[in-house]
Amino acid sequence: MKRRDFLIVGGAMGAVFGLGAGAVRATPAEVKEAILQLTGAAPVRAGRVTLDLPPLVENGNSVPLTIRVDSPMTVADHVKAVHVFVEKNPQPYVASFHLGPRAGRASVSTRIRLADSQTVVVVCEMSDGSFWSGSADSVVTLAACTESA
Amino acid sequence: MPSALINVPSSARRGEIIQVKTLISHEMETGYRRTSLGAVIPRDILRLFVCSYNGQEVFRAQIHPAIAANPYFAFHTIATESGTLVFTWTGDNGFAATESVSIKVE
Repeated sequence: MKRRDFLIVGGAMGAVFGLGAGAVRATPAEVKEAILQLTGAAPVRAGRVTLDLPPLVENGNSVPLTIRVDSPMTVADHVKAVHVFVEKNPQPYVASFHLGPRAGRASVSTRIRLADSQTVVVVCEMSDGSFWSGSADSVVTLAACTESA
Repeated sequence: MPSALINVPSSARRGEIIQVKTLISHEMETGYRRTSLGAVIPRDILRLFVCSYNGQEVFRAQIHPAIAANPYFAFHTIATESGTLVFTWTGDNGFAATESVSIKVE
């Protein structure tokens, strides 16, 4: 299954079983599946990736996240992409950042939504084809996506 | 027109690593929320953010509903030469926005 198909199926399931946001959740197995689609058969080693995520979050609607990857960022050895996954949001995907040797420093910051207390997993794709991962846990008091407009 | 905030140093030394910070106003409606009547609010998010430096792509982000409203990205690039950094955001419902910032490198 391609990633796009996965998203379409996921969306359709959400429409069918849509009993409020709480009913649709990604699972750790879905995160594994999403990472597997990304890496193929290549092994994912733990390390080189540091996440800066607050351990306790009051509002899951906007959670600051900084990702740093230990890499010299030269033409021969750099970070190609940084993929962010979460286990308990409606979708396992958060974002994919594509970098290159022009970045100079492998450090990206953004703000994400967390629908529950959960683990954020980052998988990093290096120019030599290896994959490295890091993760961080966060406890969320007020979840994102659950409130109605 | 959505408003975007961009923070890039106006001048830099050649070869210096500079930080680029961007923020754009956008609801990032997830498509998972409902109105008080139970109707699903359709998804309306940004999908792609690209930064190019004198025509060469230096940073790209593919994003999903789990990015917070008013998407913020901070990243780094090497100040190679004087020129322009162009930022584009594209999203659902034909959303497209472009901003550019010039930088002086000496």
